Amino acid sequence: MRPNIGQRPIVPARKQTAGLPPGEARCLSAVRPRDGEPFLVISSFNEMYHNGTVRSPYARLEDWTKAMPAELRQMKQAEAEALFRRIGITFAVYGEGGDPDRLIPFDMFPRVFTGAEWARLERGIKQRARALNAFLVDVYGRGEIVRAGRIPAHLVYRNEAYEKAVAGFVPPKGVYSHIVGVDLVRTGPDDFFVLEDNCRTPSGVSYMLENREIMMRMFPGLFRENRIEPVDSYPQLLRRTLASVAPVKCDTEPTVVILTPGHFNSAYYEHSFLADLMGVELVEGQDLFVEGEFVWMRTTEGPRRVDVIYRRIDDAFIDPLCFRPDSLLGIPGLMDVYRSGGVSICSAPGAGVADDKAVYTYVPEMIRFYLGEEPILQNVPTWQCGKADDCAYVLENLGDLVVKEVHGSGGYGMLVGPRSTAEQIAGFAERIKADPGNYIAQPTLALSTVPTFVGEGVAPRHVDLRPYCLVGERIELVPGGLTRVALKDGSLVVNSSQGGGVKDTWVLAE
Amino acid sequence: MILTVDHVTSYRYAQPVRGVVQSHRLTPSVFDGQTALDWSVSVSDGLKGGGFRDGAGDWVQGWSVPGPVSAITVTVRGTVRTQDLAGLLRGHREAIPREAYLDDTAPTRVDAALAELARSAGGASDPLDAAHRLSAAVARAIAYKPGATHAHTTAAEALALGEGVCQDHAHALIAVARHAALPARYVSGYLMSGGDGSAAEAAHAWAEIWVQGLGWIGFDPANACCPDDRYIRLGSGLDAQDAAPIRGTARGPGAEVLDVAVAVQAVQQ
Repeated sequence: MRPNIGQRPIVPARKQTAGLPPGEARCLSAVRPRDGEPFLVISSFNEMYHNGTVRSPYARLEDWTKAMPAELRQMKQAEAEALFRRIGITFAVYGEGGDPDRLIPFDMFPRVFTGAEWARLERGIKQRARALNAFLVDVYGRGEIVRAGRIPAHLVYRNEAYEKAVAGFVPPKGVYSHIVGVDLVRTGPDDFFVLEDNCRTPSGVSYMLENREIMMRMFPGLFRENRIEPVDSYPQLLRRTLASVAPVKCDTEPTVVILTPGHFNSAYYEHSFLADLMGVELVEGQDLFVEGEFVWMRTTEGPRRVDVIYRRIDDAFIDPLCFRPDSLLGIPGLMDVYRSGGVSICSAPGAGVADDKAVYTYVPEMIRFYLGEEPILQNVPTWQCGKADDCAYVLENLGDLVVKEVHGSGGYGMLVGPRSTAEQIAGFAERIKADPGNYIAQPTLALSTVPTFVGEGVAPRHVDLRPYCLVGERIELVPGGLTRVALKDGSLVVNSSQGGGVKDTWVLAE
Repeated sequence: MILTVDHVTSYRYAQPVRGVVQSHRLTPSVFDGQTALDWSVSVSDGLKGGGFRDGAGDWVQGWSVPGPVSAITVTVRGTVRTQDLAGLLRGHREAIPREAYLDDTAPTRVDAALAELARSAGGASDPLDAAHRLSAAVARAIAYKPGATHAHTTAAEALALGEGVCQDHAHALIAVARHAALPARYVSGYLMSGGDGSAAEAAHAWAEIWVQGLGWIGFDPANACCPDDRYIRLGSGLDAQDAAPIRGTARGPGAEVLDVAVAVQAVQQ
């Protein structure tokens, strides 16, 4: 059975899972719009209608919406759904069990940024990506930021994601995180906050590309009327980025592959999609082996040396000789080849220590420490329950806060204070007291909204944004990203696993 | 003292395998207490892979053996000059901060009995004294008895049995030291156990505990002492598996039979 999600195009997802981009449930405004309230008056910042007027980037979309009769809209939605089904784009949900054919809705109403808005976001995201990589090289090297007392040693060296197996190693070009997914929310015309950084293998970029593709097919007129920056260069930029971090022992044009855990993985579609667009092989662990000083790929013409592995497998599984000995997904001996300069692994093992939720608090400090700059994008204020004062505050104000597990993702294991019952809050308080270091808390933010097609017409729904920053010899950011939208009225959670959908994201040329 | 090592590990496979890949920590550590005079590691029909010094200061060397192959032999031979530094790991270069050695792993997890053992060894005047007391407590609580435990026995299980070998002693000491907030790690190496060939094992293991002001210090509860010039240090890790001198895997089905022979002898001077 398909869950009934109104008239929206929906997409089947496979069994087994990791949520549409694994990430946090986005907790938005504590202020819930009341039933029947006109959408122009809700308290969140509406990215299209502000102070009673239409904001400039959306100017042409107002006519577009008005000119579209309900029948046409329904037809277009059905068309979009058919296209998604034909493509077979799928993403499933982590830890939910239940219906394996869960569907992910695509909303046709685009989300739009002006060139000026994007220019600022781009500077802020690139700044963050540079600082996160500088941090990773530092903490696996001399640890100057720890020695300087700017971040506590235990948060780094006792972090689950800290890999002592790579201590003392500097990957090619000094890059640990080659694809940085920076999750952003907006609360006002000029107010953006970073919710979290994803330094390992952020997923969802296939949606950015497919959403655009489908919008261009269905509404070519929109792309004539609006000067929209293209995003289709992403696969080639990704390939160039990966090739630019070839290992020291590689003296030819590097061979790049994507390493997937296999077709049972929820993001398998994305792995094969990117391999296709980049023109590289998609491999599983069993297709690769170590011999001598290199990693080789089995091909019909015999073994072929592999120089750069874009892996979509967690650190723990990539090499049973170094990490989990029970892993069947990895390549035995890979880490020895990696550390001796015979192959590059993207993201570099150990990169996760920069994107943990407790370390997140210190990213502004990293920007100041390594770059000598002030952060362009702000963090959401965060209380760390591991600190006694913060913990006391959090326990007193649980009803107003969002509390998350430090290592959690996908919106599970979290408390949304304003949406919880007294019993739920009391129960969660006990969990925090039992293991305070495992929790952080943030205020609930009034997340911005974008008009969204709903059963009865168009209504504002909360959104977030994940752009994908590429870091190699150069730092690149295509003008766009993945906008996730909370489809339920008043919902603050945009995760696909919790009823979220996706939108095309436009950046207008200046 | 000058020690010679003759260490042969052979693997036989019930059916030929498609290939073998190994990662070795089989080279003596570089520090003031020992100098390798000559040292060689060879793998029958093996291709030498990449080698590097890791963050713990150990030389890690990859090897592979293309298949089909039914048996392989890893031969380690060498001579090392050693000096008694009373357990001090002086002059050893490493990049991993000591905090990384505070987290437990499955074999070093503390249960109620280990916590009690740590408590019973309390009352120390300083961290060095605390480390000595913990080592002595472990030596008293776990009697040396080969065959009582196996490769996957945890510290808690060995303590409950009251018997074990050097691996169990080292795991138990690491567990109680970390419980007392002292960074601790597993060390694998060799021991010249004397002419009688008794008690101690030539392929040996002990623990190191980090003590403020002194750095890493070795403790060998199995022999109730600190490593001296009879010991050769190879490498370290969070536990036995993490510090294993040979980690490897064979591609192919079927059972593997392992045979190890180690001889460590003092050269007459």
